[in-house]
Amino acid sequence: MAGAEGDDSLYPIAVLIDELRNEDVQLRLNSIKKLSTIALALGVERTRTELLPFLTDTIYDEDEVLLALAEQLGTFTVLVGGPEFVHCLLPPLESLATVEETVVRDKAVESLRKISQEHSPVDLEVHFVPLVKRLASGDWFTSRTSACGLFSVCYPRVSSTVKAEIRQHFRTLCSDDTPMVRRAAASKLGEFAKVLELDYVKSDIIPLFTALASDEQEDLEALVMPTLRQAAEDKSWRVRYMVADKFSELQKAVGPEITKNDLVPAFQNLLKDCEAEVRAAAANKVKVFCENLPEDSRETIIMTHILPCVKELVSDTNQHVKSALASVIMGLSTILGKDNTVEHLLPLFLVQLKDEVTHLELSPVSHLSVSLSLVVKDLSDCTTAETQLFIFQCPEVRLNIISNLDCVNEVIGIRQLSQSLLPAIVELAEDAKWRGVEFFDEKLNSLCMAWLIDHVFAIREAATCNLMKLVEKFGAEWAQNTIVPKVLGMANDSNYLHRMTTLFCINALSEVCGQEITTKHMLPVVLKMSTDQVANVRFNVARSLQKIGPFLPWLD
Amino acid sequence: MVSGAGGGGNDVQWCFSQVKGAIDDDVAEADIISTVEFNHSGELLATGDKGGRVVIFQQETENKSQPQCRSEYNVYSTFQSHEPEFDYLKSLEIEEKINKIRWLPQKNAAQFLLSTNDKTIKLWKISERDKRPEGYNLKEEDGRYRDATTITTLRVPVFRPMDLMVEASPRRVFANAHTYHINSISVNSDNETYLSADDLRINLWHLEITDRSFNIVDIKPANMEELTEVITAAEFHPHQCNTFVYSSSKGTIRLCDMRASALCDKHSKLFEEPEDPSNRSFFSEIISSISDVKFSHNGRYMMTRDYLSVKIWDLNMENRPVHEYLRSKLCSLYENDCIFDKFECCWNGNDSVVMTGSYNNFFRMLDRTQRRDVTLEASRESCKPRQVLKPRRVCAGGKRKKDEISVDSLDFNKKILHTAWHPQENIIAVATTNNLYIFQEKVN
Repeated sequence: MAGAEGDDSLYPIAVLIDELRNEDVQLRLNSIKKLSTIALALGVERTRTELLPFLTDTIYDEDEVLLALAEQLGTFTVLVGGPEFVHCLLPPLESLATVEETVVRDKAVESLRKISQEHSPVDLEVHFVPLVKRLASGDWFTSRTSACGLFSVCYPRVSSTVKAEIRQHFRTLCSDDTPMVRRAAASKLGEFAKVLELDYVKSDIIPLFTALASDEQEDLEALVMPTLRQAAEDKSWRVRYMVADKFSELQKAVGPEITKNDLVPAFQNLLKDCEAEVRAAAANKVKVFCENLPEDSRETIIMTHILPCVKELVSDTNQHVKSALASVIMGLSTILGKDNTVEHLLPLFLVQLKDEVTHLELSPVSHLSVSLSLVVKDLSDCTTAETQLFIFQCPEVRLNIISNLDCVNEVIGIRQLSQSLLPAIVELAEDAKWRGVEFFDEKLNSLCMAWLIDHVFAIREAATCNLMKLVEKFGAEWAQNTIVPKVLGMANDSNYLHRMTTLFCINALSEVCGQEITTKHMLPVVLKMSTDQVANVRFNVARSLQKIGPFLPWLD
Repeated sequence: MVSGAGGGGNDVQWCFSQVKGAIDDDVAEADIISTVEFNHSGELLATGDKGGRVVIFQQETENKSQPQCRSEYNVYSTFQSHEPEFDYLKSLEIEEKINKIRWLPQKNAAQFLLSTNDKTIKLWKISERDKRPEGYNLKEEDGRYRDATTITTLRVPVFRPMDLMVEASPRRVFANAHTYHINSISVNSDNETYLSADDLRINLWHLEITDRSFNIVDIKPANMEELTEVITAAEFHPHQCNTFVYSSSKGTIRLCDMRASALCDKHSKLFEEPEDPSNRSFFSEIISSISDVKFSHNGRYMMTRDYLSVKIWDLNMENRPVHEYLRSKLCSLYENDCIFDKFECCWNGNDSVVMTGSYNNFFRMLDRTQRRDVTLEASRESCKPRQVLKPRRVCAGGKRKKDEISVDSLDFNKKILHTAWHPQENIIAVATTNNLYIFQEKVN
């Protein structure tokens, strides 16, 4: 390959080589554009050992020449002997990446990105990544801006230690002193996020994003927004998920104006995303997002943009989405006010209740009940009857209402509660102690007792626990007169489960009722059940005895 | 040395370090120094002259055995920046005199500066070369061509070390944007744009784009007969890339925000000191013309120089006379045109002292914190190495004390218009007509 074929073939190459140093820039440019011809004539080894070192030092040249050189080097892999030797191209490209002319630097970075793909993972770690690190920690901002474009191409294929180092460098550049570097980093944020593992996206990218979005250099904000938009529409659902998950932080970072103009459409798209995880993540953020909208346009935006999407989500097929939504629908009621709530939100809420959900988790439904209380707070019409109906037909809802009696809105008035029959018992007791007991007796006693024998175990258990709290509030005497007889009465029930409930109640109540009641009234019942037919009952008698033992007087 | 950082002008004793330029009294017009500027690190000091040349001095690296040599500045590069031109359309000669030099913050191994004459701004790259390629295929190193038939192998040139060569090459020429004479250029803190100001307009340029500039201030009246005020100086804020200030011949300073509108004719803030009616005279308007405006390094204050005083602006506006003793001489100064001299001013590194020039090769240092000032002289007589400068005193009238100089004896042809203070150290460069004096803090 090296010229041994005689002068004719060598001569033109010789001319080309000499013209690399010609005073006429056009001739130099011409030679650079024919660099591959020179390299072919020299052969791979001489190209590596002689031509490339020469080119590394020729950075004293006009932009056009350097630009052409940067471009040529991106295609030189074969000419240096293939992927095994591709790292030889790094030195000249590294010096081109620090030149003051932006076009040349950009082209050098482009070529570096190209040839990075040809590096083996080992070569990446041994040659490429050190180059990136050198550029990233360079004295001049030119090299640091160039570094920004090289992180995403080497990250995927290196070891986790090196990955950590790369992430660190990127973080440093995002908070560089020089605005140009921060800007370059911001523009590569989206690209880098795509190659990061999701956990790191959350832990690293989002804070960087929010920092850059509120950077005092205004154009950084403008730069970061396209990244956000792109990320929100990214092909990878993980990226979209990340955006949805961190939406409220992003909203805070960009401020109300950009939220209005940019984030609302983005949020809408996330709510309509084809991937359920993304929709669920976005749905979780609806309330917070709406709360942080600028006040003057909040209602309009919600009614025009957000609510239609929410309406779609209520009939979503995915459980997670519906769970997520449950907690936020009624949260919007405070923002939208009574009329809008009745007209728009309540129907949605009822749809949710009607929906046969078998795997609703505890917390969303408890929010349902809390939300419900918020709704009915201002309602006084017949929809409450409908609401009650659904409450009592849906076990999960009942369960959570009971479990969350304490959490129901403390502002609820007694009258509304009584009208809606919401069992906000403890709250009531707190609110109007002077008439608490009578009121309880009148309205809700039967309800609570009914729950004690509910066919769902968890409800019975919760009801038991609730009773305990009631006794704490109303006192042992009241318990003795009202609750205890009823509880003890259950001991004679034909259903063994109900008899067991008695035992469980006794377990709970003995603590709060005091020694006298426990000894005088409860103990006999327990002892009587020790001869119950059902083994399970007898077993639990033993347990009960253990439990109530400390509250019995011990005979010496 | 940063601890000293240009602290108090009066605690510091200044001593002579070097003088550059021809010693003889016969001053060639082309050698008259027209601008002096340190770069951002203080390592380089550039001067421009009337002949269109730029001379760059470089600070010698610290010599441990001779600590006194610390601030020796030696010639690093000299090049012809601008040539005289002739505007055929207007039959006007365009002087090659360098009006201003401004350094760009360093972005890679090379240095960059902007130099301007009345009409054209140029971006110069100053780079070092310490190796050169050798080895031609078709000719010898000395240029003689070889016989083409003797070539049997290809030869790739190799770089060999050589003596350090400093090259200055023009990278950009920003031309044809100013109808009137450019008086100021200022590089933005964003490192990408800069402004250039002439008498009536201020333009914004991008450093990479030469065929376009944006006009951001235009005070040209529709009818030129109504012209009463011109722009005298302009500068970007050192940190806020959207803020700049420009001063006028009427003694006003306008602070402008480029975010507010594209054309910044409406200022955000106007600084103006109402005149003391007792001082009013025929010359009031002329001497209120501001010749220079400079932000402090920290960006919180602004200093302006009018004919008789230096003013420092902020919420607490201070006003310090420079050579108040000239007030009685205004008539003769008017007659000899000296009243139109444009003095520059500068801050020290930590913004505690300001410096400006005066006549008789005097220059003044005004300490803001200690509220004291001193007058020093750049003269041949105090040219001995490390000779401490003695404070000078001018007697305005009445009985002249010993060592004082009477205002009538001042040489108004010896003026120090251009001064520069090293950004970190107590080293100052003071330009008399054709000499550059470098003084440094006395080190024991």
